[in-house]
Amino acid sequence: MRDVTYLRPRTLSEAVQLYRTTPGCRPLAGGTDLMVMLHARTLRPEPRGGAVLDLWSLAELKGVRRLGDILEVGAAEPYTGIIGSAEVQQHLPALAAAARTIGAAQIQNRGTLGGNLANASPAGDTLPVLLAYDVVVVTDRRSIPIDRFFTGYRKTALESDELITAVRFPIGRQVAFRKVGTRAAQAISKVVLAVSLTPARVAIGSVAEVPLRAHRAEAALEGGDVAGAIAAVADDIRPIDDVRSTAAYRRAVTQNVLRGLLDAFARG
Amino acid sequence: MFEVTQATEVYSTIEIAKGDVAAGEQAADFVVERTFRVGLQEQLYIEPQGAIAYPYRETGNGKRETGVTVVGSLQCPYYVHRALKRALALTDEQAVVIQAETGGGFGGKEEYPSIVAIHAALLACKAGWPVRLIYDRHEDLAATTKRHPGVISHRTAVKKDGTLLSQDIYIVLDGGAYCTLTPVVLSRAAIHAAGAYSCPNVRIRARAVATNTPPNGAFRGFGAPQSLFAAELMVEHVAERLGMSSVDLRRKWMLRVGDTTATGQNLTESVSAELVLDAALRAVAPNRLTAQPPIRHGRGLSLVFHGSGFTGSGERKLSGTVAVAGLANGTFQILTASTEIGQGTKTIFCQLAADALGVGLDKVVLAPQDTSLVPDSGPTVASRTAMIVGRLIQEAATELRDRAKREPLPLRVEKTYVQPDSIHWDEATYRGDAYPVYAWACTIADVDVDMTTGEVRVTDVVTAVDCGKALHPVMAEGQIEGGSLQAVGWATIEEIKMKDGGYQNDRLATYLIPTALDAPRIRTILVENPYSRGPFGAKGIGELPMDGPAPAIIAAIHDATGVWLDEVPATPEKVLAACTSR
Repeated sequence: MRDVTYLRPRTLSEAVQLYRTTPGCRPLAGGTDLMVMLHARTLRPEPRGGAVLDLWSLAELKGVRRLGDILEVGAAEPYTGIIGSAEVQQHLPALAAAARTIGAAQIQNRGTLGGNLANASPAGDTLPVLLAYDVVVVTDRRSIPIDRFFTGYRKTALESDELITAVRFPIGRQVAFRKVGTRAAQAISKVVLAVSLTPARVAIGSVAEVPLRAHRAEAALEGGDVAGAIAAVADDIRPIDDVRSTAAYRRAVTQNVLRGLLDAFARG
Repeated sequence: MFEVTQATEVYSTIEIAKGDVAAGEQAADFVVERTFRVGLQEQLYIEPQGAIAYPYRETGNGKRETGVTVVGSLQCPYYVHRALKRALALTDEQAVVIQAETGGGFGGKEEYPSIVAIHAALLACKAGWPVRLIYDRHEDLAATTKRHPGVISHRTAVKKDGTLLSQDIYIVLDGGAYCTLTPVVLSRAAIHAAGAYSCPNVRIRARAVATNTPPNGAFRGFGAPQSLFAAELMVEHVAERLGMSSVDLRRKWMLRVGDTTATGQNLTESVSAELVLDAALRAVAPNRLTAQPPIRHGRGLSLVFHGSGFTGSGERKLSGTVAVAGLANGTFQILTASTEIGQGTKTIFCQLAADALGVGLDKVVLAPQDTSLVPDSGPTVASRTAMIVGRLIQEAATELRDRAKREPLPLRVEKTYVQPDSIHWDEATYRGDAYPVYAWACTIADVDVDMTTGEVRVTDVVTAVDCGKALHPVMAEGQIEGGSLQAVGWATIEEIKMKDGGYQNDRLATYLIPTALDAPRIRTILVENPYSRGPFGAKGIGELPMDGPAPAIIAAIHDATGVWLDEVPATPEKVLAACTSR
């Protein structure tokens, strides 16, 4: 840690410039993933003498903004701000629900959507919600549709010098959310689902190397076939046995929770 | 991991025999057999293991002399003292051990601090400079001892009317790769294995085996939670076979004054199975019958006892000593090596002394737990501190008050434990008075089971406890509440998976314990059935609350789902699989 250079840009354009020109530079937002990895030494800044680019204080990356039919959330807006936003509560209740399940209050004060996206953990709690809303990930140079964002285990479509600046949500979509994490707080998900009926979206975390859209289940749902969707979702996912749970459990719970969310939709 | 039931390296074995099991089975209408499994558990005290070692000792005037001083987070200063003397060839005076403020131990700070202390002391001696050695949480989880996992089989013979004829019990505890206090843990497991019940014919065979995992060691309950888990669920299975209510069956079987335990101990006083059972049943509202799918409610009950103090002749061998001193300035000092680790020792010791001395609480102070200052009152373990050490303090303070009427201060009175002549224990045959007395508890647990995820939410835990006398009721309830929550975690979500002999869940991100949001409503009913040799009748309760909740929760899960799990932890994975395959 002592060898790491700490960079704190004052503006987004300065941040973009520094990120492009500093080799071995890691963006830092709330630090809820990065600090853990540095402390546990599962990540070592490379090359030796690498840098950390602190994005936390950049006003351009904060806040929740209404842009016509779009709600834009700043990449470095903490979950606490998202949960407290009246616009999010009104238009994106599933996002607020997901944000409330992340860590504890301390983590919610620091964790961000930009960080959750860039870290690209298959267990990221907001990621299925972002998939179910068909969000657009805005960067310093382009817009990336969320369904093209996750390219492999902890891999994203971001260029090596590209910074996430915001996430854009369409307004007016009904999304249901549920996380199964075994305890009531501070748990990493075993299965996390976000589901929309119109359009049909079934997005699931912790069941494959990436947060994924269950395309077979969605196709069945488009045709109004709820039972077919529940059966098909088992073929959409690729769960494994790991320290947190088993493939068999994740498969069964994915189907059971999907059934529960679809039943809830049917009951209105 | 070596399969514990197949392991061939044995640390110790125990056999307890009473009556004739074969004869019991011959007279039976039913013989019910069942095997139970219990898992590892981490103590998860607040601060990880740690010690500071100084390559010298300081005498009164600040002068440094040859020796080693260790300040650490620990339960038993004289255990560490003994370890240092042996490892570094020091005399009694040269080794000095001082307890730092310690945030919980649960047995995890009983034995392991000796290892940390020796490591730090060796480094300090080599460096000629103080050395601080503090594990981070990951190191602590990965390396320190856990609760022994085990496999426990029961064969129980009964008549159609529920009459208990025989219990045949076989216990295997997994000691891991090195022997810790494992044989002593096995002893307490075996002695409690028949449960709080009177049976004419009992055979208990117990063995602790070596496997390829990190060693397991002391943890609140010390083997009893493991064997009582099996004993209590066995009552449920027999009741089910008989078509009887398990509460009625417990009432038929439970120990009463005059009954004998598996070791042949004649229970003469403070026997409270019926008292706590009635008190717990009175305290709960009728069970809820309906729940909104996919949630199902269930309720389960357990009835347990826990021996207070060391097993058998342990207290006699130990000869714990305390002192109470009256100082010239009119204040009094309690000198004991018993540690405050969150359970309330500092407060109740001062209460007992102040009461006996006839002075206010503000006139009594507890000397630091520093081996250069205080006598060896024994380790802070085995539910012995209030009952055994508390009584010695009471006696010393009483004598001091009497002497102070005739003699000028300063005065100092020492008291050493003397085993009453009425306690007989034969270590070779495991016959006799295994414990001076027992504490009793009945726990009723309510659960919500989510049938779509197998998640078990323990909503309520009500425990009626006989601790003889609650010296400080708020702290006594605190002990029960903390122990209950620890037991809820063991029963439901605290799971360690093994890979190549190591723990996979060796971080707090993967070893989950209940959070405040997961905690049930916990209610404690204190029933006081005094013990003649305890201070004001008090018995030990430190470990008791670890015993009852797990079997009550498994019974509640059965009540909710119709599925018997027979193992802890009842993780969502196991609950869902069992419900699905049914």
